[in-house]
Amino acid sequence: MKNNRFVSALVRFMDGEVSFEPKAKEEEIRRESTHKEKTVAERYYKWYEKSGYQTFKSAYIVAAVLIASIIIGALLLTVSYLPPYGEYANPVNNEVTERYIEKGMEETGAVNIVAGVILDYRAFDTFGESCVLFVASCSVMMLMKKGKKGKTEEMLENYNPKRDPVLKSLAKVLVPFNLMLGIYVVLNGHLSPGGGFSGGAIMGASLILFSSAFGYRKVRPILTEKVIKIVTFVSLTFYAVAKGYSFFTGANHLHSIINPGTPGRIISAGLILPLNIAVGFVVTMTMYSFYALFTKEEI
Amino acid sequence: MIAFEIILLVFLIICAIATCFAENLFSTVMIFESYSAIMCVIWLLLRSPDLAITEAAVGAGVTGVLFYITLKNVKQLKEEDEPDEE
Repeated sequence: MKNNRFVSALVRFMDGEVSFEPKAKEEEIRRESTHKEKTVAERYYKWYEKSGYQTFKSAYIVAAVLIASIIIGALLLTVSYLPPYGEYANPVNNEVTERYIEKGMEETGAVNIVAGVILDYRAFDTFGESCVLFVASCSVMMLMKKGKKGKTEEMLENYNPKRDPVLKSLAKVLVPFNLMLGIYVVLNGHLSPGGGFSGGAIMGASLILFSSAFGYRKVRPILTEKVIKIVTFVSLTFYAVAKGYSFFTGANHLHSIINPGTPGRIISAGLILPLNIAVGFVVTMTMYSFYALFTKEEI
Repeated sequence: MIAFEIILLVFLIICAIATCFAENLFSTVMIFESYSAIMCVIWLLLRSPDLAITEAAVGAGVTGVLFYITLKNVKQLKEEDEPDEE
């Protein structure tokens, strides 16, 4: 009982709501304390009411300043140990970067060196990132999705957007071009800046725009929960299998049937294009499922 | 070009500080998104267009939408007026 009160007082303090009614509370305490002994919590509560609050507040400020200055000092100290900017002997300028820049195009077949690095040399990192997205969307689904299976149509009708002509006419113009841009960025990931993640984010954003402008009813026939699950799963599995094959053959010096092709062509760079598409699908589905689950607690 | 970069960086710092001190949460999210937009241009000037595209799509687009939905769910946004019956 007392403990609860203390907690609620703390919560009120955290909310910035500091107004107490000490008189009423004290009377209450006196009334209660007449017929039983004072417990530790009770005495603590009384002290808190009298002078503890001010003590706590000042101690809080002092501790905040102290901790913040310690952290700032530690960070600045770390910065002072960093090597000077632009020196040749810095750890940035090692043989790895050199190799990427000099032989990247030859080995991976990608004109865009970044795509070559993240989807060929460091492909397992990208696989981990895609898995993180998948796990994130799974946890959002677990947290936000309502337990009831199958909402009625009337309930879902509440989540339909209110009539907004500006949003609708803008979305009509923007969504096709946005989707096209996203697909372009994904498909040209190995030739020009961009790639699976950026293109997927653009596609997801345009899907969000479409869904917020025209309502769930238009999106639902295409993008159901099942579709999202299957597409994400198939993309991730494809990524794992394709890259596993490539790593297996490459690491064991076996002959690989995948050749980089001519750099600069749209169908080149070996596995980078399909991997980009897989990552793009995962990101698009994750973005859209976040939006759908946040708004209507269902996909 | 250096002057342009300096202006952008100053705007970036102003946005970062204003995010903390904005009056209500709606404008906080707005300023946060403009921070992302400025950061996108800075990525371009630093010659990393890959990051610029991602920053524009994720930072200035999707994150803001998710923030707005969250604010609406925790009732921090004003409810929009009922549409007129036509």
